[in-house]
Amino acid sequence: MKVIERKYLENLFDQLKEMGYDLFGPTVHDGAILYDQIESANELPAGWRDKQEKGTYRLEKSGEPSVFAFAAGPHSWKKFLHPAENLLWRAQRTDDGFKVLKDPEPKRKKAFIGVRSCELNAILIQDKVFLNGLAVDASYQALRKDVFIVAVNCTHPAGTCFCASMNTGPGATKGFDISLTEVLDGDRHYFLAESGSSLGDDVLIDISGHDALDDEIATGKKALEDAVGKMGRNLDTTNIKELLYANSESPVWDEVAARCLSCGNCTMVCPTCFCTTVEDKTDLTGQHDERWSKWDSCFSLEFSYIHTGPVRSTVRSRYRQWMTHKLASWIDQFGTSGCVGCGRCITWCPVGIDITEELAAIRNNQTEKTNQI
Amino acid sequence: MEETNYNTETIVADPMVPTLYRVENYVKETSDTFTLAIAPSGSAAEIKTAKQKQLDAAPGQFNMLYVFGMGEVPVSISASPAGGGLLTHTTRDVGSVTKALSALKVGDMLGVRGPFGTSWPVERAVGKDVVLVAGGIGLAPLRPVIHELLARRNDFGRVVVLYGSRSPADIIFKNELKKWKAQPGVIVYVTVDRGSTSWHGSVGVVTRLIPKIRFDPANAIVMICGPEIMMHYTVDALKQRGMSGEDIYVSMERNMKCAVGFCGHCQFGEHFICKDGPVFPYDRLSSLFRKPEI
Ligand SMILES: Cc1cc2nc3c(=O)[nH]c(=O)nc-3n(C[C@H](O)[C@H](O)[C@H](O)COP(=O)(O)OP(=O)(O)OC[C@H]3O[C@@H](n4cnc5c(N)ncnc54)[C@H](O)[C@@H]3O)c2cc1C
Ligand code: SF4
Ligand code: SF4
Ligand code: FES
Repeated sequence: MKVIERKYLENLFDQLKEMGYDLFGPTVHDGAILYDQIESANELPAGWRDKQEKGTYRLEKSGEPSVFAFAAGPHSWKKFLHPAENLLWRAQRTDDGFKVLKDPEPKRKKAFIGVRSCELNAILIQDKVFLNGLAVDASYQALRKDVFIVAVNCTHPAGTCFCASMNTGPGATKGFDISLTEVLDGDRHYFLAESGSSLGDDVLIDISGHDALDDEIATGKKALEDAVGKMGRNLDTTNIKELLYANSESPVWDEVAARCLSCGNCTMVCPTCFCTTVEDKTDLTGQHDERWSKWDSCFSLEFSYIHTGPVRSTVRSRYRQWMTHKLASWIDQFGTSGCVGCGRCITWCPVGIDITEELAAIRNNQTEKTNQI
Repeated sequence: MEETNYNTETIVADPMVPTLYRVENYVKETSDTFTLAIAPSGSAAEIKTAKQKQLDAAPGQFNMLYVFGMGEVPVSISASPAGGGLLTHTTRDVGSVTKALSALKVGDMLGVRGPFGTSWPVERAVGKDVVLVAGGIGLAPLRPVIHELLARRNDFGRVVVLYGSRSPADIIFKNELKKWKAQPGVIVYVTVDRGSTSWHGSVGVVTRLIPKIRFDPANAIVMICGPEIMMHYTVDALKQRGMSGEDIYVSMERNMKCAVGFCGHCQFGEHFICKDGPVFPYDRLSSLFRKPEI
């Protein structure tokens, strides 16, 4: 493990730029932490922290120099790997029909700086969907290729976080090239850096710093351990798949449906939600067609439409579909939960619906039923 | 911007990019149903690759058919090139894309992606009685099975085809039904929901025929394709006759945008209908089947 003082963090940025990477990281915009292209460590959200609760998100000044002292914001890295809108191909009329044209995939290499452990797990989950299935998603593959990941171990979880319950954090254990733990210790501000790949080794070697001392390692470790206790939520995953499969007719679905606006915010902010629809955009001449894929949400009525009508016409069935997919059927489909405990869906739900509370309600209802028998 | 013309033999397989086909033959089956026989278009090499792909298509599989500017829909293969003829689809015009498909003429171009999904268990049926139960357009996805059963007639026991249609005018594949009926050891029953003055056949839902047919429930494979409610009652009637759910196969339908497991639209419980289906042994679905709004 290597210690990089705050002033040398810029080395990491320079190094990656020199290797031809475009850098992306957290920035402050419109009162939230958003992921955007950045050039320098000085653009990181120094001195900001977030307050998150059901239906609320607030950034405030912490008075401290930390640059990663916040949890997940409304953006996730999926916006770069699985963009909200993606041109699949274009078609153009010809004399005797039409031809299909595919634009080349972008070739610039990307480095993601400040990827939380929950988000890293979300990326690995989307890898399973788009790369390890029956077919390979060519667009995703092109965007995912050559991504350099600088993970940040999370020492400042939010009130809506529960990655510890989902086994996806707060420390990054796999899937990164370099991981950083930010430490503020008296006057000192440094990062404990660990390499997770040979490429990570190469980058770290050239950055000014020293081999971590035992007490530095211990300080970082403690900060991470303390983080577990700072999480505002937890979710009991015991027999979760069986629980949800057995409770498809739970009265809890009716209760949550009475509050849910079916707005789909939860699916848009979720870093693992992958559903898309396709749209044809024809121009006025009728000579060109563009076929786009776009994020879609299982909360929309059209999502399940077949010519006899929508399969899931009630909000109850759509919320049930979303939560049962996230927490149960995902396990059958991809061998992992579809939830990484990032808390975004709780924070960004306009009416404050909380997946951890709803699951607990289903569990309680089931327990009551069992006790009655 | 530099662009690649994607309809060339050298392409990396992007499963979302269609192959170009042309309509070779158009048969109007009924007032709202039509059959398109199509062939790949392009250079000799492109045609060869495209043909190879569809030659492996098994009965029960489907393709995504794209009409320029209109969109793309899943349609089952209703005759497979494996039988020596052209790739064929039979479609009912129910909405915007199927209407656009119906408006295509011989020589017109369309895009094809596929074949996708699971197939009917023809090999499992060898040495057994085979009962096919179709409702409406559901006869189309079963037709390649009938072709194969007839081509290898001695491999199978009794062959029974039960077909329910809304009315006599809605019956598809009329001439073929007659031909099948004429084969030795093949029973074909057609029933309609509403009869007409010239209709002398059976009237009533197709499930009502199940108690009457002769087959060995202990040594049979049943394949059902039709509206979910019809498949539900058919399974009930077959269970009454002592069939076990593992020998009954159904073909499911859900909204589909990609056919390869990316878009999430076709989920039915833990199953993706596009890749785990559309054909399932009934036992795999029994806990979900007919559960409202799954
Ligand atoms: C595996 C599979 C095989 C099929 N095989 C056949 C076949 O052999 N013959 C046939 O006539 N029909 C078949 N269908 C149904 C056919 O796909 C729909 O009738 C068609 O999608 C309707 O599209 P539309 O644009 O004309 O209708 P609209 O009502 O305008 O539909 C709008 C959109 O909703 C979706 N949609 C609507 N109905 C369905 C549906 N039933 N299934 C899936 N998506 C739907 C489509 O994305 C469609 O573009 C099959 C469906 C599936 C899933
Ligand atoms: S379901 Fe909610 S908590 Fe879980 S990964 Fe998605 S947004 Fe995060
Ligand atoms: S749970 Fe909340 S965010 Fe999700 S669809 Fe319902 S109201 Fe919208
Ligand atoms: S049709 Fe897209 S996942 Fe099945």
